[in-house]
Amino acid sequence: MDFLDLFSHGFIQRALLAGSFIAALCSALGTFLVLRRLSLIGDGLAHVTFGGVAVGLLFQAYPFYVAVPIVAASALGILKLIDKARLYGDAAIGIVSSLGIAGGILIASVAGGFNIDLFSYLFGNILAISYAEVWTSVLLCLCLIIVITLSYQELLAITFDEESARTSGIRTDRINRILVLLTALTVVLAMRVVGIMLVSALLIIPAVTALQFARGFRATIMISCFTGILSVLAGITISFVLDLPAGATIVLVNFALFLLSFTCARLRARNASRRPSDTA
Amino acid sequence: MQMTRVVTTENLSFRFNGVEILSDITFTLEKGEFLGIVGPNGSGKTTLIRLLLGLLKPTQGAVMLFGHNSDAFSQWRKIGYLPQKIAAFNPHFPATVEEIVALGLLAGKSFPRRVARTDRGSIDEVMTFLDITSIRNKLIGELSGGQQQRVLIAKALVAGPELLILDEPTTALDPEGRERFFTTLKGLNRDRKGTIIMITHDIGTIGQHASRLLYLDRRLIFFGGFDDFCLSTDMTDYFGEHSQHLICHRHDK
Repeated sequence: MDFLDLFSHGFIQRALLAGSFIAALCSALGTFLVLRRLSLIGDGLAHVTFGGVAVGLLFQAYPFYVAVPIVAASALGILKLIDKARLYGDAAIGIVSSLGIAGGILIASVAGGFNIDLFSYLFGNILAISYAEVWTSVLLCLCLIIVITLSYQELLAITFDEESARTSGIRTDRINRILVLLTALTVVLAMRVVGIMLVSALLIIPAVTALQFARGFRATIMISCFTGILSVLAGITISFVLDLPAGATIVLVNFALFLLSFTCARLRARNASRRPSDTA
Repeated sequence: MQMTRVVTTENLSFRFNGVEILSDITFTLEKGEFLGIVGPNGSGKTTLIRLLLGLLKPTQGAVMLFGHNSDAFSQWRKIGYLPQKIAAFNPHFPATVEEIVALGLLAGKSFPRRVARTDRGSIDEVMTFLDITSIRNKLIGELSGGQQQRVLIAKALVAGPELLILDEPTTALDPEGRERFFTTLKGLNRDRKGTIIMITHDIGTIGQHASRLLYLDRRLIFFGGFDDFCLSTDMTDYFGEHSQHLICHRHDK
C-alpha cells in the first residue's frame, strides 16, 4: 500500500482532524494548568471520566454524553474543595479522582459484562472516532480560542499571581470556573484519542516541552499547541504504519519531542554560560 | 482644608481556625500619607494588608477604601499592590518583563481587558524610572532577585496608583537598590501626593521615610509619627529603653 493511501481512509482523516483539534485544546489548557501547578487535574478528571463511562454503560447510554456532566460537576467540585475546604490543589484532585475511579470500579463490578467496553475507553481508540466527536472537538476548540482571545490578559495575570489578579478587580473565580469546565470537556474528548490512562500526557507534555525554549507567554501557548498537534499527527501515522496502539504511540512521540527540546535547552544554557553574562 | 480619607478601618478583627490573628484595629490614613507597618513575625502585618485589599473577609469590623466599603470597592486602578512572596511565583514562568509590567494596567480596563499601543508610554516611563528597560525582553525567571523585585515594583507603579501597598518590598534589594527604591517612593509620595502603606521589619529606616508608623502585635500597639514613637513611654515599656534608644538614635534624622 502506498504511504499516501493511508490518508485517503475516512477513519484516518477523522482521527487526524479530531486528534489535531483535541491536541490543540489539551496543549493550550495544559499551559495554564502546568504553570498553576494543577497539572494533575487532567489525570483526576480522567479518572472521573472512568466513573462517568461506567454509568453510561450501565444505563446503555452513549458514555461520552453521560461522562460530560459528571466530569464537569467534578471539576467544579475540585474548585470548591480548594476554595471552601481550604485544601491544596493536589489533595482536592486526589479526593475527586479516587472517588471517580472507585465509583467506576463499583459500577463495573455490580453490573458486570461490560469490562471489554470499559477497557477500550481506558486505552482509547482514535481510529474509531465519530463525526459527532470531530465536530464537538472543532466547536470546543473554537470556544477555547474565543476565551483565550478575550481573556488573554486575565489568564496571564491569574496564571502569574492569582492574588494580585484579584486586586486588579479580575473575577478570578469566574475565570477559574471557565478554565476547569473547558478542561473537563477536553478531558472527556481526549479519552477517545489516548484513553483515560494517558489523557494527562496530552495536557502536560506539550506544555513542558514549550516551556523549555519559549520566550513569552503567548509563544509558550503557540509552541505547546504546535508540539501537541505534531505528536498526534506523527503518532497516528506511525501507529498505523507499524501497527501499534495509537494512544501509546502519541504519548511516546510527545515524550520524544520533550526530550529533544530539553536536550536543546540544556545545550543552549551550557553555551550561554560559557559566554560572559549580560545580566546585572 | 478637607482631607481625603484613603483607608479607614473600624474595629477590624480576624480569626482563623479559632485563633485571633488581629483584634480591634482602628486607624485612618489620609491622602498623601506614608504609613510604615512594623511588628514582629506573626504579628498580623500581612493579614492586615490582605484585609485592606479584600483578599480576606474580616471576622468583625470594616474596611473603607476611598470612602467605599471594601466589599463593594471596584476602583482597583487606584491601588498598586506588591505582595510579599516574590518566591511564590514559578521561577520558570515564561512571561517577559514587559508582559509582567503590563499586567499592572489591567485594573483600569474593562472587558475585554487589552494592553493597547497607547499604554506603551506608561510602560516605557515606569521601566525607565526603575532602570529595567534593557531587560524588557528577558524572561522574569532569568533575572536576579533584585531585578525581579524591580519588575514587580514597576507592575505596581505602572498605572500611577493613588494608594500603593507594599509588603516587605526591599528584602531582595541591595543597599543601593534600597536607597533608590526609597527615593522613588518619596518622589511618588511628595510629587504625586500618593498614599503609601509599606510593611517592613526595619523600623529605623522606615522611620526616616514614613509620616506614620503602625506597630502591630496582633493588636494595634502604636499609631503615630516616628518622633512620637521615640518619645512614647508605651513603646519604652514594650521594647525596653535600650532598644528604643537604639532604633531612634541610630537613625536619628
